[in-house]
Amino acid sequence: MDTTISMDASATTLDPMRPLPYRVRSCSRETHDTRTLVLEPPRGQSLAFAPGQFNMLYAFGVGEAPISISGDPLERKALVHTVRAVGATSRAICGAKPGQVLGVRGPFGSPWPVEQITGQDVLIVAGGIGLAPLRPAIYHLLAHRSEYGRIVLMYGARTPQDLLYLKELERWRSRFDLQVEVTVDSASGKDWLGNVGVVTTLIPKANVDIHHAAALVVGPEIMMRFTLIELEKLGIPRERMYVSMERNMKCAIGHCGHCQYGPHFICKDGPVFSYARIQALFKTREV
Amino acid sequence: MENVERLLMEHPFFQGLDPRYLKEIAGCAREQTFKAGEFVFREGEMSSQFWLIRHGKVSLEIFVPGRGPITFSTLGAGDVMGWSWTVAPFTKQYDGRALELIRTLTFDAMCIRTKCDEEPKLGYELYKRFSQVIGKRLQATRMQLLDFYGHHD
Repeated sequence: MDTTISMDASATTLDPMRPLPYRVRSCSRETHDTRTLVLEPPRGQSLAFAPGQFNMLYAFGVGEAPISISGDPLERKALVHTVRAVGATSRAICGAKPGQVLGVRGPFGSPWPVEQITGQDVLIVAGGIGLAPLRPAIYHLLAHRSEYGRIVLMYGARTPQDLLYLKELERWRSRFDLQVEVTVDSASGKDWLGNVGVVTTLIPKANVDIHHAAALVVGPEIMMRFTLIELEKLGIPRERMYVSMERNMKCAIGHCGHCQYGPHFICKDGPVFSYARIQALFKTREV
Repeated sequence: MENVERLLMEHPFFQGLDPRYLKEIAGCAREQTFKAGEFVFREGEMSSQFWLIRHGKVSLEIFVPGRGPITFSTLGAGDVMGWSWTVAPFTKQYDGRALELIRTLTFDAMCIRTKCDEEPKLGYELYKRFSQVIGKRLQATRMQLLDFYGHHD
């Protein structure tokens, strides 16, 4: 099996504005509002992507939305997206039935720096559906396990019922070479014996060598803001903290300007940025 | 006593505390274990103790009529549990229940208060440390109220 990932972030469709028809193979329930779709590409279509990239998914007649790729980058037969239903388009995508066709443009955007951080301990902090864009990076780290130091995943969600990828989390927890800490905001006393509290409360206990550690962070901006504060307290330099940003992406190729973030276009220059690159913007209101 | 002193020194909550003070407060502490499911304290009780958790996990719970106990926080090894002994009315506001076997260093709050009255510098040092704990818990509660994970799609 080829275990290399192309870090070429350019779109694999010839015309990046033309959606290609992908057939829904399956649509499985993750939580009450979140589904994972497995899509089959048209014959001959490359599925190469780098962890952290996204596609534009088009529900015909409804609209198009940027959705992170959440599958294994080594999987070349199907494309995996995890989608939370929050608006008309994402609701239509979540409601897609097997056999139905969705339009796909991409992949777009900058990837997680999985090659630059080899040799480092890796602290992964995910909040809510933020675990979806991190999952390809986790797959990559585990597929190349010997190239990294300690790997720690800290994942927070509202309740136990809001946790994504439960079976996978259990599998990861059972590994000796991966530390997994999961926390929820609240739980009934009987059905949850894990951590309760926001994900930032776990960070001081991260077992990483801060002199040789990198952090990958995804979640709502408010969660990332406080996570970055805790990571700074821990001593991880800003150059080695990476975040995945989200804005209203439309064209996905840096032409329309909808996702402008200061001097950057999230779709083209991001979504993955080092914190050092955007720290000033991160603290600026209404950007 | 020497054993308790050594355990105090190893616990993050007392990191950097003057060894003279450690010796002083060691007499107010004892080792204790709780089995999984056992209550360490209950809502409404007098706050006559606090605990340094050395091993295991504790859930802090509020009983909500019609819903049962709701866990709003968990504490683990390295954490300090119980700050209501520092402020009036010295009453526990919620339940603390061992989720697994826990080992603690349990402090007699009255004994500590007496030591603090006798040695105000020790009192100031302890209150600074407890203020940090209270501040962190307050900050965590605010974040929970913000619905941290709610608006990302």
